[in-house]
Amino acid sequence: MAEAAARPTWLKRLARNRNVVVGTTILAGVVLAALLAGVISTHNPRRLNPAERLKAPSLANYLGTDEFGRDVYSLVLYGAQVSLLVGATTMILTSLWGIVIGLIAGYYRRLDLALMRVMDGLMAFPAILLAIALMAARGPGVGNVIFALSVVYTPRTAMLIRSTVLSIRELDYVQAARALGRRDLAIAFRHILPNCVGPLLVQASFIFAYAILAEAILGFLGVGVPPYVPSWGNVIASGKNVIREAFWVSLFPGLALTLSGLSLNLLGDGLRDVLDPRLRVQ
Amino acid sequence: MTAYLIRRLLTLVPVLAVVVTVVFFLIHLIPGDPVSVMLGPDATPAQIQATRQALGLDRPLPEQLFKFYARILRGDLGQSYFLDRPVVTALLERAEPTIVLTFSALFVAVLIGVPSGIVAAAYPGSLWDRVLMLSALLGVCVPGFWLSLNFIYLFAVRLGWLPAAGYASVFADPVAALRYMVLPAVSLGFNQSALIARISRSCMLEALQQDYVRTARAKGLSQGVVTWVHAFRNALVPVVTVIGITMAILIGGAVVTEIVFNIPGLGRLIISAVLRRDYPVVQGVILVTATAYVLINLLVDVLYVFIDPRIRYG
Repeated sequence: MAEAAARPTWLKRLARNRNVVVGTTILAGVVLAALLAGVISTHNPRRLNPAERLKAPSLANYLGTDEFGRDVYSLVLYGAQVSLLVGATTMILTSLWGIVIGLIAGYYRRLDLALMRVMDGLMAFPAILLAIALMAARGPGVGNVIFALSVVYTPRTAMLIRSTVLSIRELDYVQAARALGRRDLAIAFRHILPNCVGPLLVQASFIFAYAILAEAILGFLGVGVPPYVPSWGNVIASGKNVIREAFWVSLFPGLALTLSGLSLNLLGDGLRDVLDPRLRVQ
Repeated sequence: MTAYLIRRLLTLVPVLAVVVTVVFFLIHLIPGDPVSVMLGPDATPAQIQATRQALGLDRPLPEQLFKFYARILRGDLGQSYFLDRPVVTALLERAEPTIVLTFSALFVAVLIGVPSGIVAAAYPGSLWDRVLMLSALLGVCVPGFWLSLNFIYLFAVRLGWLPAAGYASVFADPVAALRYMVLPAVSLGFNQSALIARISRSCMLEALQQDYVRTARAKGLSQGVVTWVHAFRNALVPVVTVIGITMAILIGGAVVTEIVFNIPGLGRLIISAVLRRDYPVVQGVILVTATAYVLINLLVDVLYVFIDPRIRYG
């Protein structure tokens, strides 16, 4: 009952938070660009057109063309699809795995030590290097990028969920549920998990941002999605080779990447202020 | 202190054990038969069999893992297929540029980040505060490798002030080394300065609200003395933690920066190894960087004691 009454104010507080509003608006723009790429793009982003290579921005090619004569504007739009696909899927997978591992570790003390040592070990690798190493083993491809980034970022979420579970599991209402004979799984899902939603959402929006950036870095390094796929990282990498003649090739996908990162960081900061006031940065 | 150090060193054992195990299983994540992937499509069955035996991949998994641990403990990281030398030798040859880049970037990050955070906190809500914190937010979001490209375009291509790419050893030619290092260090450090600025600001704000700061002000001390002498030292502890975290990101970021600026460090080594499927080198680089990161964090923990005498380890 109380929950239903509390919901509108919760939403209202989100809608009043400037970071949330600005972040959501920019993100919505990026999502729209990705969804409508087929409609609003002016060229086929994969078509090579050597006659039109390295053209400066003009009415024919809004953001110019790259070294293969591909239209940068269309590449940026289609690149949004790859970035959002990788970012969103990684976010969902890390959240799911994080919940499972975090709940088990927080709930079953015997497994806690082992699980957390594994998480510590995974977090000991610099994130991007572990992702590169995993890509080395699995080979290029969108699925493998998602796999690699999920492995890299899951420990953070798992540790967050575990610490939330630990702070809640001894509270009276959980003890009461246990006394009433509820099974562990029911307690975990009905009573503990709802309390993890706030921190989880905050964490998820930051992981979304990291994943988009990491995908671009892997593409830039040539170990992410295959080079023929129009992704921001791949386009920036091809712009690197022609930076002397055509700065626009790397400039615009980089701007798109920065805007997406900015939107998710704003959203994350805003969500944290609203949902988790304890973590609020002054 | 000694007891604390020993305890802290012991906690590294499980972490490093997991690190080594993850590195070991990397080969086993290769889809299909790792040896045929490593040797490429031209390999004969006899070659494949020979390599499999040489790598010990025909032995049971626990035995392989045990032997891998034994090898690592002896400091043997295997042999690079392409560079035709032990992985350890290859790592040593390439470590200098990465170390120089990482620490130069850390220097830049602290040099920009800490004063920005403190100025912002000393005048909260002021124009300075807003401008600095907005730049910090942008700094967190701007991808470092893209910033590097823009710096190259502006300072090397357009203005011609600095070289676009390359590396010179500090020991061979310090002046050239400095010229080559400015752009990579600034573009790598700038991102991290943003994080340091945000944390410095919030720690300073907290410190400035403490009673002893009010006392210091009541004594008639100047704003400068209160900020830099009284509050700063107490705000420093969390900032040092962030600098520790920053190191990990810098080590990862250095890899990418090296590619942009053509610096012959560990980053270039691992990327070329990935593209040539030279797995022992990939394993070696991530093992060494992870170990370095773990040790740096230990160092940061120990540093606390010197910065903040209130922290005592039994």
